[in-house]
Amino acid sequence: MLRTNICGVELRNPTVLASGILGVTKDCVERVGRAGAGAATLKSLCHEERIGNKNPTMFGQDDVFLNAVGLPGQGIDNAVKEFKRLDDLKIPVIGSIYGYKIEQFGQVAKKMARLKPAMIEIDISCPHMEYGKPYHADPELTAKVTKEVKKNTGKIPVTAKLSPNVHDIKEIAHAAERAGADAITAINTVTAMVIDIDARKPILANKIGGMSGPALKPIAVRCVYDIYETVKIPIIGTGGVTYGKDAIEMIMAGATGIGIGSGIYYRGMDIFKKVCKEMESWMRKNKIKNLDEIRGCAHK
Amino acid sequence: MKSDMPKVLPISEVIREGKDQKTIFVKHKENIKPGQFYMIWIPGIDSKPYAVSYCNKTELGFTSIAIGKFSNTFDKLKVNDKIGLFGPYGNSFSIKSNACVVAGGIGISSVSTLIDKLKNPTIIYGARTKDYLIYLKRCKNKKIILTTDDGSHGRKGFTTEVLKELLKNNEKNKISIVYTCGPEIMMKKVLELCNKFNIECEASLERYMSCAFGICGKCMINDKIVCIDGPVFNLKQLNKMTEFGKFARIKSCKKVTIEEYHSTHL
Repeated sequence: MLRTNICGVELRNPTVLASGILGVTKDCVERVGRAGAGAATLKSLCHEERIGNKNPTMFGQDDVFLNAVGLPGQGIDNAVKEFKRLDDLKIPVIGSIYGYKIEQFGQVAKKMARLKPAMIEIDISCPHMEYGKPYHADPELTAKVTKEVKKNTGKIPVTAKLSPNVHDIKEIAHAAERAGADAITAINTVTAMVIDIDARKPILANKIGGMSGPALKPIAVRCVYDIYETVKIPIIGTGGVTYGKDAIEMIMAGATGIGIGSGIYYRGMDIFKKVCKEMESWMRKNKIKNLDEIRGCAHK
Repeated sequence: MKSDMPKVLPISEVIREGKDQKTIFVKHKENIKPGQFYMIWIPGIDSKPYAVSYCNKTELGFTSIAIGKFSNTFDKLKVNDKIGLFGPYGNSFSIKSNACVVAGGIGISSVSTLIDKLKNPTIIYGARTKDYLIYLKRCKNKKIILTTDDGSHGRKGFTTEVLKELLKNNEKNKISIVYTCGPEIMMKKVLELCNKFNIECEASLERYMSCAFGICGKCMINDKIVCIDGPVFNLKQLNKMTEFGKFARIKSCKKVTIEEYHSTHL
C-alpha cells in the first residue's frame, strides 16, 4: 500500500529519516529501520572532521524545535573506515555530503559513492560560503555544486537538499534539476532564535539556529507545492511531519518521499511505524489504494 | 506538549567536597529517581550531563570534579550565580535488597542518591588518594569499604579486588546485586566478576552528549542510546555491548578507544 519508488530506489514506505537526526552510525540506521523507516539519511559529512558547536545545541518547546549543532561529523575519510559499505543494511541509506568549496563537494561525494549508498544527498543548505554567498541562496552555485557532485557519483541518484531561507525556492530547485539532480529534498530548517529571559541570553550556544518541529510544516508544504510546480524530479518532502495526516498533506502538495527528523523528539523513534499506520488507516477510509492517486492532487 | 526548555535558577549553596570536587545546590522540587541526570547549562559557556547527587524535598545537588574547561568553570561557580537545568533525563537504577555499590572516583556522585534509598547496602568506594574521597560524613553510618590507589586512606588497591573477595565469600547470598559507577575499565571488571559469580549487575555509563533526549546520536554504544535507553544498563544489556569498556565517540562522532576518549577532556 505504501511502497514508494524515489528515482529508482525502492522503499517499503515513503518515510525517510532526515539528515542530522541520529544517523551517525550503522547501528543507528538499523535501529531506525526496526522502528519502521523506509530509508535513512546519514548525518552530513564533509572533507574534514568537525566537532561542531558548544551546547546547548538543541531543545524543544511546544511546536518548535531549535538546533545549531554546527555540522559535527567525523569526516568522510573516518566514515569510510568505519562504515566500509552502506549497501549491506536492511533499508536504503542516503549518504549526505557537503564541502566548503565546490571541488570539495565532488571529492566527498566520490568517497561517499564508494560506500555504495542508495542515494546521495547534497547538503546545499549548509552555512559555509564561497564567493561571499551561501550556496543555497544562489541558483548558479547550486547548479555548479550539483554538477560537480553528479560528475563524481556515477549511477547513484543525487538529491539536493534545499533551504527555505531564500527569496525564491523555485529557481533554486529548477537550477538543481537542470544541473542533473535526480531528486529534491525540501526543506532544511528556518533560521530562528529563542532567548531565555531569566538567563537573558539566547539558549543556543550558537545564538542563532534552525527551527523545525510541527510549526515548520506549513512552510515546508508551501515549498514542496512550489517546487512540484517547477520541476519534474521527485521531491522528498521534509519539515514538521509528525502524524500520518501531515505525510498525506505533503503528498498532496507533491512529495514522493516523506522526511521525518525532529518528529522523533515528539513521538519517539517508532514515529515511522505510527505515521505509516495512520497513513494506511486514512487511505482505507478514503478508498485510496496507492499514494500515486493523491500525489500532487492539491494542484488540480 | 513536550518541552525541554531550561529552568534557569540561582545557586543556593556551594560545598567544597574533596580535592578539585564541588557540589552546587539549587532550590528545585522534582521527584528524581536514582541514576537520573540533568544537562547543566552555564549560560554563555556550555552544557554537560550531571547526575543528581543530592535530592531532598526542596533542593537538588550536583557534584563535579574539575578536569576540563567546563568543569573548571563549574568549580568557580558561587552562590547566586545562575545555571540552567535541562531535564531530568534518563532511566534509573532498580532498588533491590542485598545490594553492593561499587563506586570509583567521581562515579560516587551518580550512585549517592541510590545509596540514600538502599537498605543496608555494602559500599566499596575508591579514589586516587585520601584527598579525593568525598561524602564520607554522609556515609558515616553505612557499611563502607574505602580504597585508595596509594594507600593513603583505607585499603591500598582497587575496588574490584575488594568486590572479588566479597563475592568469593558470598555463601549466604548477602550480595545479590551490584550497582556500579566509575571509570569504565573498573565497571567492565565489575561486570566480569558479576558474570563469574552469577550476580545481577547495573552500571551507569558516561558518554559525550549534545541533546540528552535521543536525537544527536553522539552517545551511542552499539545500538543503545545512552541518554534515553540508559544511562543505567543491566548485566544482559552490558554483555551484549561489544563497545563497552573499549570504544566511545568524541564530539565529532568519531569512534575512538576509551583511553583516547578520556584523554581528550571533553
